[in-house]
Amino acid sequence: MAIFSTNEFKAGLKVMLDNDPCAIIENEFVKPGKGQAFNRVKIRNLKTGRVIERTFKSGESLEGADVVDVEMQYLYNDGEFRHFMVQDTFEQYQADQKIVSDASLWLKDQDFCTVTLWNDAPLAVSPANFVELSIVETDPGVRGDTSGGGGKPAKLETGAVVRVPLFVQQGELIKVDTRTGEYISRVKE
Amino acid sequence: MDDAWQPSCSFELLRLRAQVLHDTRCFFAERAVLEVETPLLSSRIGTDPQLDFFTTAYRLPSLQQNLFLQTSPEFAMKRLLAAGSGSIYQICKAFRNGESGRFHNPEFTMLEWYRVGYALPQLMDEIDELLSLLFVGSGLGSTQRISYQAVFQQYTGLDALVFSYPEYCAYAFNNHIPDAISLCGYEHVLWLDFIFSHHVQPYLGANALCMVHDYPACQSSLARLNEHNSKVTERVELFINGIELGNGFYELTDAVEQDRRFNEEISVRQQRQLPVSIKDTRLIAALSAGLPDCSGIAIGMDRLLMLLSGSTAINEVLTFSVDNA
Repeated sequence: MAIFSTNEFKAGLKVMLDNDPCAIIENEFVKPGKGQAFNRVKIRNLKTGRVIERTFKSGESLEGADVVDVEMQYLYNDGEFRHFMVQDTFEQYQADQKIVSDASLWLKDQDFCTVTLWNDAPLAVSPANFVELSIVETDPGVRGDTSGGGGKPAKLETGAVVRVPLFVQQGELIKVDTRTGEYISRVKE
Repeated sequence: MDDAWQPSCSFELLRLRAQVLHDTRCFFAERAVLEVETPLLSSRIGTDPQLDFFTTAYRLPSLQQNLFLQTSPEFAMKRLLAAGSGSIYQICKAFRNGESGRFHNPEFTMLEWYRVGYALPQLMDEIDELLSLLFVGSGLGSTQRISYQAVFQQYTGLDALVFSYPEYCAYAFNNHIPDAISLCGYEHVLWLDFIFSHHVQPYLGANALCMVHDYPACQSSLARLNEHNSKVTERVELFINGIELGNGFYELTDAVEQDRRFNEEISVRQQRQLPVSIKDTRLIAALSAGLPDCSGIAIGMDRLLMLLSGSTAINEVLTFSVDNA
């Protein structure tokens, strides 16, 4: 794997730190006019999601991490593992709940999502930014309400619960932003 | 269409820069300090292991030689001083390889001036006057002067002049910079650079000029040792809103001592396998001939413009930063 020196550090670069794959979020070059130069780096541990700050002497280097994001189709859940497939190659991957984590709230069979692979094994799963899911459970709406107001909770087919406007009914298909968990609109089938 | 051809800064900034340069020149003209120009390309270069330089190939038939882009005009200006120029100033470009970031561009504008017969406190008075002039209307508070030891003590509780490994480690551990321990080890200078840049400098000069003086002796290659306390040097650093703006010295005039420090730095460069620098023997010769007692300071004009305009990154004050030069 490639070696990256501090002057190649930039947001998004994936490197190995303390034996874990990490992504650089921010890199600040700190140098007194006379004296040692440092790189102060904000970095996310891709295994734990934790963000830490680290300082390096400028010129030091880190080993690159073999981390790639691959678009895959979510196939099914066998109870223990969830299975994913790369469309072009039909290559299949499996990931347990610890790795899939909160993404499972938005994963519907056949939908596409992004699987982060580290050394060709799933490290994390992110759903598409917008997903379309149907409502399996919500209170009947009040007639006449056309938009916002307080809204009401609605349970989706994947198990997620989002707030929807009162006029949205059980059985309807809705579009949701998975980054915020917010209802966007109804979807005409 | 790719718009990388566009300048990085606004026209307002261009006018501000022109105004600052004009005011600076008037300031020195009134004081009869002579404006000079010295070469940006030179066959000799500084030995400071912390400064990386640009090397160019000079192609003159029958003579193949490297010329270096100057990391500062200091050596040439000191040769002028030794030749009897009297007090001088210069506004020029300086070049530092590999330095790029929010506060760094590898090519930047420097104001450097030398005052013959001035000790450091007098130079600090003049710095204060110049900056008051340039920052007039920006509501800069009253200037603070504080020693490195005092300011270090104030923000960290540590003694900067006496290195206690366990105390420094305990500090790092309790202040969320445990990585300092493995990074700095037993190197006092590294510890000072690390802690100062992380936990002291950001607080210096809140909307005011802060002049930190009496730097630890381990931290300056061209300043004189203080004659009453050999643990500190006659060096001053300027800060406004946590941004380092300039660095000045009561200049070392001792040719033998200067030569010794150069050689020491050259051997450090060899140990670290850094690019070979060529010792400025002409500066040593000038010092031997006699450099008048003087103090000098260099101020980064781009950072000064950042502060004046409230910019958060250096490319906002440059016509074209290194990324679109």
